[in-house]
Amino acid sequence: MGSMMYYNVDHGFLESVVRGFRSGILGQTDYANLQQCETVDDMKLQLQSTDYGNFLASEPSPLSTTVLATKCTEKLVAEFNHLRAQAVEPLATFMEYITYGYMIDNLILIITGALHDRDTAELMAKCHPLGLFDGLSAASIPNTAKDLYEMVVVETPIGPYFVDVLNLFRAPQVGGNQPTMEDLNDINIEIIRNALYKAYLEDFYAFATTKCGGETAEIMAGILDLEADRRSINITINSFATELDRDQKTKLFPSIGVLSPEGTARLSLAQDIDAVRAALDPYAAYRGILSDAGDSEDKSVENAFFELEVALNKDAFEQQFHFGLFWAYVKLREQEVRNIVWIAECISQDQRHQINQYVTIFWGVGDGARAEPAGPPMGAGRRGAAPP
Amino acid sequence: MGDIDTYFGWGELIGGISPYAWAFIGTGLAIGLSVLGAAWGIFITGSSLVGAAIKAPRIRSKNLISVIFCEAVAIYGVIVSIILQTHLDPVEGTEVTAKMKFAGYAIFWSGLTAGIGNLACGVCVGVCGSGCALADAQDGNLFVKILVIEIFASALGIFAIIVAIIMSTKANFE
Repeated sequence: MGSMMYYNVDHGFLESVVRGFRSGILGQTDYANLQQCETVDDMKLQLQSTDYGNFLASEPSPLSTTVLATKCTEKLVAEFNHLRAQAVEPLATFMEYITYGYMIDNLILIITGALHDRDTAELMAKCHPLGLFDGLSAASIPNTAKDLYEMVVVETPIGPYFVDVLNLFRAPQVGGNQPTMEDLNDINIEIIRNALYKAYLEDFYAFATTKCGGETAEIMAGILDLEADRRSINITINSFATELDRDQKTKLFPSIGVLSPEGTARLSLAQDIDAVRAALDPYAAYRGILSDAGDSEDKSVENAFFELEVALNKDAFEQQFHFGLFWAYVKLREQEVRNIVWIAECISQDQRHQINQYVTIFWGVGDGARAEPAGPPMGAGRRGAAPP
Repeated sequence: MGDIDTYFGWGELIGGISPYAWAFIGTGLAIGLSVLGAAWGIFITGSSLVGAAIKAPRIRSKNLISVIFCEAVAIYGVIVSIILQTHLDPVEGTEVTAKMKFAGYAIFWSGLTAGIGNLACGVCVGVCGSGCALADAQDGNLFVKILVIEIFASALGIFAIIVAIIMSTKANFE
């Protein structure tokens, strides 16, 4: 509450810079123009009149969608680094936390690639630039989780999260033969990924609610709750066909989020999609997700979650004097890059009937009268009614 | 033990403070706290203005009005302290009359009234000005509407100095 009196000392400049960046997020007319393009090179022309400018000027045509995606992400990363270089505590730590998610993804990418004998240099090129850290390329070498920790991860900011992973592997299992879970194979890597992410989300949540406090805590709590719930639901759905046993699964569900602890208890018991649907029924925001995916092909579970996420991130900009809008900006720009790539793919593969299935972010930015987005009613900025 | 004054209670201690001390502290606080409020407001609105003007340079000149409103708060403080100091007269002799005590307390509290009122006003105008700059950068139509809020905010400072001036009208040391 009192943050409005002293926030601007350290962070006022950066907040207004982020709001300036946010005004450059593509709006309704930009998307309409992009959809009219005939080829991906036409998109390059259209993007020149937006905030993207001439970033594709030095790329040879014909333009491929991967190059487009890489360049768009590069622009986002440049802006992020520009902000991070000027940030002071606690905003600096907050922005570091934003990068940890990408670090986890990069680490898992390298390990998985190494498992399938891919070339390390090729994998490094695919890593997300926000999540690069020293020693990342060395992650392809070790074969077990313990070696991975000692060689690579312990010096990184995600080191503390790995401790939970090792505990997961070392926990005495009830039952007869215990296969050596320490070796890195496909299923263990997924377990590692989810365990790391769980530790990261909980740590970030604790940081936002205790060290930052105030509006940051309020806004980030909602956003991180959604992230946690999304992971819980995805873990459940993706583990139907695998040999992941119930105890392991329960340990991977984050302890934050609307679904924890009752929803996650029910999710861990679910063996098929109907049980999941039943488990999610009390939660108004998630009720519609699976039924949409089941009934029509128009919206996948992923897209439904993206829409929920975008609604929360848009709301983050409604308040001043907090850090949530830095996270929200990064995520919204990511979504924008996903949208641009979707449109480019639809154009290049000539699948135009699916072209408007991206997630809309803003409606008529800077046109004066801002129309209310006619999306699914999300409730006043918070998703999910209180479970009974 | 003999020559030192002994006080028997807080009342005597506080009552023994010279009315001139009260008066000068009040005069100082009037200008000091007002300038603190003005400066606070200027940095709140200025930092947002500087950042927002990067992407929207057109807002530069218009939003200086917010800074001017904050500055006005400091000017109110100057006015009040100048008015207060006109009441300050050195009196011959060591006797402290009731009239002098009245003057001392009146000037102290009117200075504090103006000071704290302007402090709050300055901060308020600053926060509104920050929001105004950011909103103007997104959508130019919003500027005048949010400026109206700032005008109401700066009226608070005027209330404070009116009360302060009225409180000190009858304060005379002579």
